[in-house]
This record gives sequence, C-alpha cells and structure tokens, in this order.
Amino acid sequence: MTLTLALVIVGGTLFGAGTTLLLCRPLTRILLGSVLLGNGTNILVLTTAGAAGDAPLLGFGADTSTIVDPLPQAFILTAIVITLALTAFLVTMAYRAWQLSGSDDVQDDVEDIRVARRAVYMEERERLRATYNDWREAYQSMVGSEEEQRAAERRAYQRLGKARDRYRELKDRARADARAHRARQARAEQTAEETAEEDDPWETILGADR
Amino acid sequence: MSAGPSEAASVASALVPLPVILPLFAAGLKLAIGLRLQRTQRAISIVVLSLVVIVSLVLLVVADKEGPQVMYAGGWAPPVGIVLVADRLSALMLVVSTSVTLGVLVYSNGQGMADREGATPLSVFHPSYLVLVAGVSDTFLAGDLFNLYVGFEIMLVASFVLLTLGGTIARIRAGATYAIVSLLSSVLFLVAIVMVYGATGTVTMAELPAAIEKLPDGVTTLMEIALLGVFGIKAAVFPLAAWLPDSYPTAPAPVTAVFAGLLTKVGVYSMLRSQTLLFPGTRLTDVLMIVALLSLLVGIVGAVAQTDLKRLLSFTLISHMGYMIFGIALATPEGFEGAIFYVAHHITVQTTLFLVVGLIERRGGSTDLQRLGGLATLSPLLAILFFIPAMNLAGIPPLSGFLGKLGLLRAGVADGSVLAYVLVAGGTLTSLLTLYAMAKVWNLAFWRAAPAELYEVGAVLDSEETDEETDESEAEASREQGDTGTASDTGAPASQPPVGSGRAPEEAHVAVGTATDTARQEAPAPAGHTQTATFGGQQVTTTTRLPASMIGSTVGLVLFGLAFTALAGPLFDFTGRTADELIERTPYVSAVMDR
Repeated sequence: MTLTLALVIVGGTLFGAGTTLLLCRPLTRILLGSVLLGNGTNILVLTTAGAAGDAPLLGFGADTSTIVDPLPQAFILTAIVITLALTAFLVTMAYRAWQLSGSDDVQDDVEDIRVARRAVYMEERERLRATYNDWREAYQSMVGSEEEQRAAERRAYQRLGKARDRYRELKDRARADARAHRARQARAEQTAEETAEEDDPWETILGADR
Repeated sequence: MSAGPSEAASVASALVPLPVILPLFAAGLKLAIGLRLQRTQRAISIVVLSLVVIVSLVLLVVADKEGPQVMYAGGWAPPVGIVLVADRLSALMLVVSTSVTLGVLVYSNGQGMADREGATPLSVFHPSYLVLVAGVSDTFLAGDLFNLYVGFEIMLVASFVLLTLGGTIARIRAGATYAIVSLLSSVLFLVAIVMVYGATGTVTMAELPAAIEKLPDGVTTLMEIALLGVFGIKAAVFPLAAWLPDSYPTAPAPVTAVFAGLLTKVGVYSMLRSQTLLFPGTRLTDVLMIVALLSLLVGIVGAVAQTDLKRLLSFTLISHMGYMIFGIALATPEGFEGAIFYVAHHITVQTTLFLVVGLIERRGGSTDLQRLGGLATLSPLLAILFFIPAMNLAGIPPLSGFLGKLGLLRAGVADGSVLAYVLVAGGTLTSLLTLYAMAKVWNLAFWRAAPAELYEVGAVLDSEETDEETDESEAEASREQGDTGTASDTGAPASQPPVGSGRAPEEAHVAVGTATDTARQEAPAPAGHTQTATFGGQQVTTTTRLPASMIGSTVGLVLFGLAFTALAGPLFDFTGRTADELIERTPYVSAVMDR
C-alpha cells in the first residue's frame, strides 16, 4: 500500500490545530477544533485507500485493478454526516450557553467545586479551630498567670499585712513598754525628788501614815 | 463482493435488525405526529419497546440453541455489506438493556418529565429516547467496527439531546463537558478504525481475527491500545472517567438512570468483544488489571466523599466498572463469565437505584443527603425500594451482586497471579466501602428524623439556588449529625432532630450574626405553617402519593434485579456458555463467513 505524504501532512496538521483548539475554554473554539479534528480524521481515512486511481464505479467498463478502494470513501461520507450533526448540536449548545450566561465558556462543575471547597472549608475550620484553641489556651494561661500574680500579690499583701500587723503590735507593745518604763522612771524620779526633798526614809516609806 | 438476496435467511435472522429498526421507525413516526396525541405517543413507545423485548428474548433463545444469528443488510456480504450478528453475548445484552429501557420509559411516563422544569417537552424526549435505544441495540448487534462506531454515534447524538433536555444552565454546563468528551472519543474511535483498516484491509469483526494474526505484534498492540482507550472513555474507567459524575447527575432521573445503566455498559461490551474476538491472549491484561484496581478504589473513595445522592451513585458506577474490567483482564473463561454476569446485574441495579433516586427527589424535594431525612417513616415503600437494590449493589450474600462479585473473585483466585490477588483484595474492599456509602445514604436519607419541611406534603421547597453560606452551615450541622449517626449506629438515630450535635457551629454562626443565618433560622417556620412558602430558585413539588407507573416500573425493575438472584444458576450456566463461545471464536466467525 502506498501513502500520499501530502494527505498525511494535511491530516496531521489539522489534527494538531484541532487538538489545540479543543483545549480552549470557549465552546465556539472547541467547536472549530472539533470540525478541524473531524476533517483531519477524514483525510487520514482517505490515506488508507492508498494511491490515487480511477473512480470506483463498477459496470462502466472500469478496470478493477486501477480503481481506488471505495470503502474508505464510504466511511468518510458517514463520518462527514456525523460530524455535521455533532457540529450543529454544538453550535446550538454554544448559542444557548451564551444566551443563558452571556459567555460560551465551558464552566467548571459546581458540585465538584462545592465538594472541593468543603474539603478546604473543613481544613480551614480545623485550622481556625486549632488556632482558636491555641489562642484561648495562651489567653487562659496568660489570664491564669495574671491571676496567679494577683493572688501572689494578694498573698504578698496578706503576708505584708500580717507582718505589718505584727510590727504594729510589736511597736505598740514596745511603745506601751516604753511608756510604762518612762512612767516608772518618772515615778521613780518623782519619788527620788520627793525623797531628796524630805530626805527622810521613814517619811518616804510611810508617808502620810506616819 | 457478491450481491444478491440471502436465500438462507431464516425467521430468526430476519429478527436480528428489528431491535434497531423498530425504535428508529417509531422515533420517526413520533416526530411526524409532533405535539399532538400524547396518549397515543406513549402507547406507541411502550408497544414498540415491548416488541423489542420480545424480539430480544426470541433472539436469546435461538442464539443459545442454534448459534449466532446473522443478518446481511441488503444481502451484501462482508467486507462491503453491513452485518448484524446476534450471538449469546449480544442477545443477553439486548434482553437486559431493552427490558431496562422499557421499565425506564414507563417510569418517565409517570413522571411526566416534569421534574424541576416545565420545559422538558415530551415531543423531544420520546423520539430521542427511542433513537438512543436504537443506537444501543445497534452497538450490541454490530458485526463490524464501523457499524459499531455508527451505533455509538446514534447513541451519542440522542444522549446529547436527552442530557440537555430543557436547556437550563446547569444542563448546558453538564452537556458541554459530556459533548466534548464524547466528541473526542468518537474522533479517536474513527482513528482507531482507520488504523485497523489500514493494517488489515477490513473492519468486519469476523474477518479481523484471521487478518490480525498475520500482523506484527507491535501493530496489534497499537490497535488494541487505541480501541481500548476509546472503549475506556465510553465505559468510564478510572483515568478516563472524570466526565461522568459531572455530566450525569443534572439530567432528569429517567435519563440519568438509562445513561448510567446502559451507556457505560456499551463500552464494556465493546471491550469484551474486542478482547475476545480481535485480541485474544494476555498482552495488555496487566494494564487492564491496574486500571480496574484504580477504578475500583478511586471511584468508591469518590463516592464516599459525596453528599449528593446522584453524584454518589455516579461514583459507585465508576467504581463498579472496575469489577467488569477485572473480569475482562483475567482473560479466563471464569473471568469472562463473571464479567458478563456482572454487566447484566449491574445494568439493572444501577438503573433501579437512579430511578429510586428520582422517587426520593419527588418525595423529599431534593437529592442532597443533607436536606433529606426520615423517608423510612414518611414512605416505607420507598425505603424498601431503595434498600433492596442498595444491598444488591453492595453485594450482600443472597443477592445477585454478591454472586457476581463472588464469581469474579473466584476467577481472580483461580488465576493465582499476584496482581489478581491484589485485585481480589481491592474488590472486597470496594464492596465494603460500597456498603458503607449505601449505609450512609440509608442513615441520612431514611433513618434519621425528617427535617420539619418534609412533613409538609405538597409544600413548595427550594431545591437549588439557596445561599452558599446557608448551605454550608447546614451541611456542617447535618454532616456532624450524620457522623454521629453512623458512628453510634443504633444510638436512637430516629429520635433527635438534626440540630442535636450540630449545635456548636450553629451557635457560632448566630453569634457572628450574619443576615443569612437569621434568614435560615426563620426559614423553617413559614414552611411549617403555610403551604405557599416561596423561596427563590427552582422549585419542586413534593407529593406523598407517587404516580403509580413510577412506583410500578421501579418495583418491576427491583423484581427484575431479584430475578438475577433467583435465576442465578441458569444464568451462570448461560454466561458460562457465552464465555466459552467468546473464547472459542469460531462460532462467531463461521456464522458470519459461511453463508
């Protein structure tokens, strides 16, 4: 079987261009891509018929050894009809998509996104929860430390208070002692003065009883 | 290249093209009638599909007793003429597929195609549906690769129309993905056919085995890869399955049901045919095994993650494709036997489940698991109708799902290779995870207490266009509810309303005090008291009295699924004979070539 190189090249080019267009978002481009792909395929089908030859018509004195294989041409005819139907449908769909949404881009699947988002959402929630817990813990520990400090202060104050009370008590007692001491001394001095004045021990001891 | 009418055309072989011709003819008739005579139109569809079922049954019996039945279109012999062949495999697939399509048609009549949109015209649905049936039948009967391609295209064009029925924005979006992927796959298929034709000079499947044997090994492998890739897109096996869960769930319930049941199985059928007839041996079996394993696991993990019932079922569909690919990859009689049985079983079960989902949507107003609840008390019949096929899908022992899986797993053990054992393990795990997914659906949609709105019969419920945040907070609440429900299993699942454990996030939201939340807090109140609650977005009318034909056809399909269990013995005998016939190859080839 011989191949026509030109057909292969044309078919391959159409295939490449069609595939490129098929990868676009807008339905119109995809449509054009599918048309190119379809035509490229048809030309590739044609290559299987081998080298060019006479028209495959029996009964008109045709030599069966020089006519081309008719089967690929029948394939192509069928394929062309099918491509036509699909193209018509795609055009309608692109138009309808444009009518409804103002663009004919192929949309992402909403439910997919929702499920994916839910995963992200869950992750985000977990993360936020973890962060919240961390923060709360930190806050609580902070609050705890503050309270502790306050308690410590209070304890310190209490201790201080106790110490002050004790100090005051001691001070008071000391003052009282001192006052008593001074009073005693004063009395002693007074007595001494009195005794010095009278200079009579009996007088000092017995006083008025005498 | 001899022309002329075939003298030996028996009655049976004259019946062979009828599953293709009758629906096509009826579709044309209905298009001619147009919008008038709705009742007559429904009658025509049902009568025609019933006839096709009868014809398929006759073909099944004849093909089993007397070997493959062949019809040469126009009396032209291959390689020029078109051949239609009905062997055991084709006839079995025809019987199962036409029975299921008949059931779905009856169901859709009851539904009135009125779910969600008024704009789903019957005058478009019925002809497209019949064309789809014709396309599916054509792929099952096609005796040459190019006719298989044409059958695919008939099916595809009809499925485009059915998928975008009514032309709403969601369906156009889904339809775009589906149309582009299908288009690409049909281009690739044509390229593969060109490759085969260029290498062998024929596309007739009966002539190909002899021609392929003469080819160098590399060329054969290349052809095999090309064809398997195309059929893999059709069958939605793992790396090529991303389009399926995006596109199927938006369609009306009967359409999704028939798509899920049939269109993917067409791919599996083509794989079976090409792997047995054209490329016997074990060239790519390891690759197929790995693909099967990935399909099984990735699909079911996807299913577990979903919250929408239709999407969940779409993912289980992808997953269970893996079982059939596993059977094909084993390339042993037991493997093919199991795969064929599983295909028949799975068509029925998957279709039934999607129909039940349609009923759930009717009753509950949604297919979102987070909005459903309490259906077991609200509609016990619905619960039974869901429970049986769900358990069947998961493979609970007496049911056919178990038998099919068991057959495949035994074939895997008999094969004995490491990869086969890995797949046996993967298959078992998938079965368990399917059970988990089904139990999740059961717990959320049927077993827990119903949301307040669901008790209000005939109330108009919002279905889709609610606020995203509302959705999510609600999703949160009921997800947690669901988690505790599944975790604590029997812990009073039906007693608490779906706020119990989900209170924490709710309160958090209230504390934030957004407008949507206050709206959500108030929303149940009007729905509970008045029937004219209007929400934005699309609307669904719920009913307690589901249409008799919807229930009837669903019951019929559930029973049909149970029939696989009851008749498992004879059916396994039959699939065994089918597998033998497939591996032997000569019955098929000689039936077509000797005339």
